[in-house]
Amino acid sequence: MITRRNVLHGTTAVLASGALGASSALGLAANAVTLPFENGERPLVKYPQKRPMIGLTSRPPQLETPFSVFDEGVITPNDAFFVRYHLANIPYDIDPETFFVEVKGKVDKPLKLSLADIKKLPSTEIVAVNQCSGNSRGFMTPRVAGGQLANGAMGNARWKGVPLKTVLDKAGVQANSKQVVFGGMDGPVFDKTPDFAKALDIDHARDGEVMLAYAMNGEDLPVLNGFPLRLIVPGYYGTYWVKHLNEITVIDSVFDGFWMKSAYRIPDNDCNCVEPGTAPKATIPINRFTVRSFITSLQDSAKVKAERQIDLKGIAFDGGKGIKEVAISVDDGKSWMPAKLGKDLGNYSFREWRLPIKLAAGVHSLKSRATSNGGQTQPLEASWNPAGYLRNVVETVHVTAS
Amino acid sequence: MKQTHSFALALALALALATFTALLLGVSSSGLVMAWAKPISYRLPEETAKFKPTANVEVVQNNCTACHSSDYIETQPRAQKSKKEFWQAEVTKMIKVYGAPIEEADIGKIVDYLAANY
Repeated sequence: MITRRNVLHGTTAVLASGALGASSALGLAANAVTLPFENGERPLVKYPQKRPMIGLTSRPPQLETPFSVFDEGVITPNDAFFVRYHLANIPYDIDPETFFVEVKGKVDKPLKLSLADIKKLPSTEIVAVNQCSGNSRGFMTPRVAGGQLANGAMGNARWKGVPLKTVLDKAGVQANSKQVVFGGMDGPVFDKTPDFAKALDIDHARDGEVMLAYAMNGEDLPVLNGFPLRLIVPGYYGTYWVKHLNEITVIDSVFDGFWMKSAYRIPDNDCNCVEPGTAPKATIPINRFTVRSFITSLQDSAKVKAERQIDLKGIAFDGGKGIKEVAISVDDGKSWMPAKLGKDLGNYSFREWRLPIKLAAGVHSLKSRATSNGGQTQPLEASWNPAGYLRNVVETVHVTAS
Repeated sequence: MKQTHSFALALALALALATFTALLLGVSSSGLVMAWAKPISYRLPEETAKFKPTANVEVVQNNCTACHSSDYIETQPRAQKSKKEFWQAEVTKMIKVYGAPIEEADIGKIVDYLAANY
């Protein structure tokens, strides 16, 4: 049943937005976009703290980054960073003065840390990509249910905060602890809907890189990106990057909550894939990013001048080994040339690449193919899994030179 | 975990009133009430997506919109082998996995509406 509290909450949100918005068109920018797959029409929407973004869903809000943003630089601006929520009861009113995060469970000294407490601890910074597990799901063939995203549910930011290890050490993790569970202020509308919670193995949680971040690109986190505190799990899909983080629980078992045990699972085999349309025999929780690269300076169907130098540019990233090389093909994959890699901002960051090319008159298929320091290379053919995760096939941009 | 929910609710109401008053006074707003001094109060733009107004739309509205907007449905791929199978699986997931309190008698109506319209 819908509880009175929830009805009231919903009504309040509508009332409030009505009062503020004063127009039903507040959320709609002047135009719309069509993502390059069937049923890909999307509105461009303007949310507070955000520039016009590709609107996937309005409640809970899900916003995709327009792909042209990735050509602006390797750091994704806060106002263009993608937004993904699961449950509609999100925190609209947040007071950083009264906010606290609890550290509890199998610890010697349970803690309640205010934002000020956390900011007093020695801080670190890391540049890291956050990518939604469902990024690029709209390109799956055959298509699968879920958020129908193109390639814009990813972003790269400089995160500042406190290593999770610091906080766990302060609380004193007990022997035999197995995992750490993370919960945020957002929750379900119905009590029967599983509240969003994710878990990391204790060694991973204490690796010194997993971070409680309070700043993004030198500013407070935008509300829709987890203000005032979110978990940063470098190299791991965004599902682990719990927003509005206020609960850290150490447990001595493997967490069996819905969002770990049933959702966000990938096939447990070498390719993490199955024959299209079939179900995997066994699954494991999704974890590190696959290696990917994109051409950003030219979008599909672009028109360019023939026989003139074109400064081709793009980005590459992987799950944390770093990018070893990016190869470019301008003849649909028949031959490949190495691109020049840009500044190294760390193994978890987007890595810029550039290559000057010249094209004869005609239609050309341009491809980029990244290889990580771990030896992983993007495949030439797409694999498939039922949830539509992990896409990392070599992408193709068609351009016409004349 | 939700912190001080009733407090947040009261605050939201108060802010809604305050901003409504501001609006009456002709103060425009970007939708974000955030001075240097916190706290932050965030408001989503008004929902504009709507279900297609055909048979059983009210059943769908009553059962689906408490948790999510209609664009969740609108944006799903259309070229399914069997639309009915696709939407039956989604409705079953909403009930079994997410605990949607949908009456047995409504399930068929919802699946038929979704398969016919999306």
